[in-house]
Amino acid sequence: MEKKEREDTISKWLKDLEELILENFQMEVDRLELILQPQVVKPLLERVAPAKPTELLREEFKPPIREYPGQVVEVVLGATRAEGGSRCRSITIGGEKTPAFYLFEGVQPHRPVIVGDVFDMEISLPKPVRESLGDVLSDPAEWARVYVEKYGVDMIDIELISTDPLLKDTPAREAAKTVEEVLQAVDVPLIVGGSGNPEKDGEVLMKAAEVAEGERVLLSSATLDLYEPIAEAAKKYGHVVLAWTSLDINQQKELDRRLFEYLPRERIVMDPTSAALGYGIEYAFTVMERMRLAALWGDEELQMPMAAATSNSWAAREAWKKAPELGPRRLRGPLWETIASLTFLLAGVDMFIMLHPAAMRTLRDVIDWLMAEGEAVKTAYEDWVSMEV
Amino acid sequence: MPKRVSPIDIFNLLPKTNCGECGEETCFAFATKLADRKVDLELCKPLFEEGFKENLEKLKALLRPAVLEIRIHSPSREVRIGGKVVMYRHELRYDNPTAIAIAVSDTMPEEEMLAKVKRAEEFKYSYIGMDLTLDMIAVRCVSGDPDRFGERVKKVAEATEMPLILCSYDPAVMESGLSALKDSRPLIYAANKGNWKEMADLALMYGCPLVVSAPGDLNLLRSLTKTLLEYGVEELVLDPGTYPDEGLKTTINNFTMLRRCACELEDELSGFPLLAAPIVAWKGEEDPTIKAWKESYLACMLILRFADIIILNSIETWSILPIVILRQNIYTDPVKPVSVEPGLRVIGNPDRNSPVLYTTNFALTYYTVMDDIRDLDCYLLVVDTEGISVESAVAGRKLTAEKVAEAIKETGIEKLVDHRKIISPGLAARISGETEELSGWEVLVGPRDSSGIKDFIKKRFYGEG
Ligand code: B12
Ligand code: SF4
Repeated sequence: MEKKEREDTISKWLKDLEELILENFQMEVDRLELILQPQVVKPLLERVAPAKPTELLREEFKPPIREYPGQVVEVVLGATRAEGGSRCRSITIGGEKTPAFYLFEGVQPHRPVIVGDVFDMEISLPKPVRESLGDVLSDPAEWARVYVEKYGVDMIDIELISTDPLLKDTPAREAAKTVEEVLQAVDVPLIVGGSGNPEKDGEVLMKAAEVAEGERVLLSSATLDLYEPIAEAAKKYGHVVLAWTSLDINQQKELDRRLFEYLPRERIVMDPTSAALGYGIEYAFTVMERMRLAALWGDEELQMPMAAATSNSWAAREAWKKAPELGPRRLRGPLWETIASLTFLLAGVDMFIMLHPAAMRTLRDVIDWLMAEGEAVKTAYEDWVSMEV
Repeated sequence: MPKRVSPIDIFNLLPKTNCGECGEETCFAFATKLADRKVDLELCKPLFEEGFKENLEKLKALLRPAVLEIRIHSPSREVRIGGKVVMYRHELRYDNPTAIAIAVSDTMPEEEMLAKVKRAEEFKYSYIGMDLTLDMIAVRCVSGDPDRFGERVKKVAEATEMPLILCSYDPAVMESGLSALKDSRPLIYAANKGNWKEMADLALMYGCPLVVSAPGDLNLLRSLTKTLLEYGVEELVLDPGTYPDEGLKTTINNFTMLRRCACELEDELSGFPLLAAPIVAWKGEEDPTIKAWKESYLACMLILRFADIIILNSIETWSILPIVILRQNIYTDPVKPVSVEPGLRVIGNPDRNSPVLYTTNFALTYYTVMDDIRDLDCYLLVVDTEGISVESAVAGRKLTAEKVAEAIKETGIEKLVDHRKIISPGLAARISGETEELSGWEVLVGPRDSSGIKDFIKKRFYGEG
């Protein structure tokens, strides 16, 4: 080693280690270089090479904000008297400019809405749902009223499943009466659903659309198998269409494209299918998340708001199975639906069709908290370590 | 999009001797697996010998995922957290499922504490052929007493194989806990603004990963992270704070921002696993059921929003079940459904007149059906549908008459029974005619839901009542 180099090195170490070396060797600094042998220095170097900070180094966190070229369209549901209907108010969904609740990038423009799921005939519902609703399951109008008045839902979905030829084969005209009854019983915006039977749904939804003319209901659902009569009905009577596909983005785009021939994007909501927790929820979550990201990155075929039916959470056996070792069913089922709804909320869903009041309530609370204006309230978080429970 | 490291770049840094110690035939094969993150670097022993030091460092840097992978272990069990490469699961599968820790405190009566540890250790739910379990125990210091904490940590470690998280902001307490453990690498919770230097010394001295806690203050979190890295603590876990209720907005925002910085901006100071503490739901005066409810959905939201490790209080099955199931679901490979081996299954003790059924090899379908027929005597043909469920597979032509006929032939079921009747899922009714033609077997179209199989067999197969 060159002498100069060695001097430099040693004096650099000394700066760092002054105290230590002096303590250890008790000799004068300028004589060190002559006496220190390389093998003596080496371990010292290893021990204390990096200069450890003694004070907090200040760093700033910059929120990672992006700009997105696309935006979700706004869809208005329900019409007030002034708008040609009879609802107490209309509801706007969609309009997002950021992924779901990326609140550091921008606000969530509209609250996701909660819809109570009502059927036009008594079906077998899980006990916790029956118990929370009481004796209304044979009366759709009353059922709707309980959801609105007692549980504060934003909308009602009246599902005309009895029209299914394999069930009661209720004629379209009669089913339309149920729609009228529900329109009378509650004044929130409606979804009107068929039975899912492609032979019958066209007729049923056409008739329902007619009696609800001007109310701007959401007709559910247009599918690739059956979309023309439903799109026609929406166009003719001033409604909105729910475009339902099953967990397939390309099919969703295909259906949307076909619907665009009848309706503007502001009159379409998408339902990419919401599988239950434990029964494919990951497919649904990812499809929804991808659809929303695609919308923001500019894919116009996917820029409509999304709906999800969390009522199908109850299809999961864990939600209803009599199995005491899994804990009380009255908690399991509603929690299953709650978690499905929150999963879809974080994927970008704007509209939730739900069954259980406790799940609705939790979802509403979470939406309230996420959407509250101003600085969020922060409690003393650290306490969790030492709290007594 | 995730950055995929090129196998050639990796190969160039390996010893290139094709010695085979790693279990691969060639260094290149090993490099390819490393690039796919299917093996650990440690398997290449020669790399850790003198002379490769520089290459090793380079490889480590090259392979460092956007979120550092950290290993925590007890003498007998290891948990890995982090190691994430992508923000969204559709970009690539997520690795290292969120670790779930159950908390106990050092002031609980000892019996109660050990009982809770035992419940956590034994928690198990069978779901599509997997056992869903919990991962860790978090020991909280409530007493403030180092001796008591150390003694309790020792007791917990004796009672469980699960790795531990030691929780206290007091360095004296932490030291007592750390020194009570042998052959372990617990996670230290936590360094904060007031104690970071002492905690860092402990992390270095005991060689443990360290949580950096700066609740609700990302500037501070970043400052602490930077400082601790400079101080020499390399393995950090970030705790931006978990706030329930009105604080949820901050919580979701902070987790999301940190993960985006790590995965999309390749920001190193954010590239560490994230810790969430849904246990905060237990503060306050509400009913315990409400608290467990809140804790459960908070945990789920944070699993979806990038938490790599979560700490819970409740050990009630109803509140934990959705968490472990959601975690399993979200961490499956998005392009490869969970499937089972196709082929013949013998259920119970069938004879030559017993029924033959078929289903698909999608794990969810298979285990649902198995659950419904477990106390019958029958044969089940599991048809290879590439892991797709009955109805989807029929629609997507992964379950066809040809495949069923082929399964009948290949499994040799014809030699096991005298009859020629096969029960199909109700949802596969569409292909029954063609199946009869191709196989020569009669198809009995079964119920749509497998829960009806037992009844169906009684009535339609054996023709009873
Ligand atoms: C999740 C899902 C998917 C996932 C599949 C995940 C997977 N690995 O299987 C994905 C997204 C990949 C998918 C793809 C497709 N899907 Co898909 N999918 C669904 C969904 C939402 C749930 C299916 C499910 O997992 N069920 C749970 C399992 C356990 O049910 P299962 O296998 O049927 O088993 C039950 C019964 O069949 C019965 N059973 C099973 N075995 C046996 C045996 C016997 C002897 C008996 C008696 C009974 C029985 O009991 C079981 C328990 O109840 C349904 C809609 C719905 N909610 O049902 C649509 C659905 C099945 N899919 C559908 C379609 C069209 C498709 C696609 C063709 C197109 C598309 N949409 O993408 C592709 C085809 C894929 C392929 N390559 O083959 C349609 C089928 C329509 C039809 N009747 O023809 C459905 C009904 C949606 C719809 N209404 O449009 N799908
Ligand atoms: S152990 Fe290392 S050197 Fe030997 S073959 Fe494997 S990668 Fe190559």
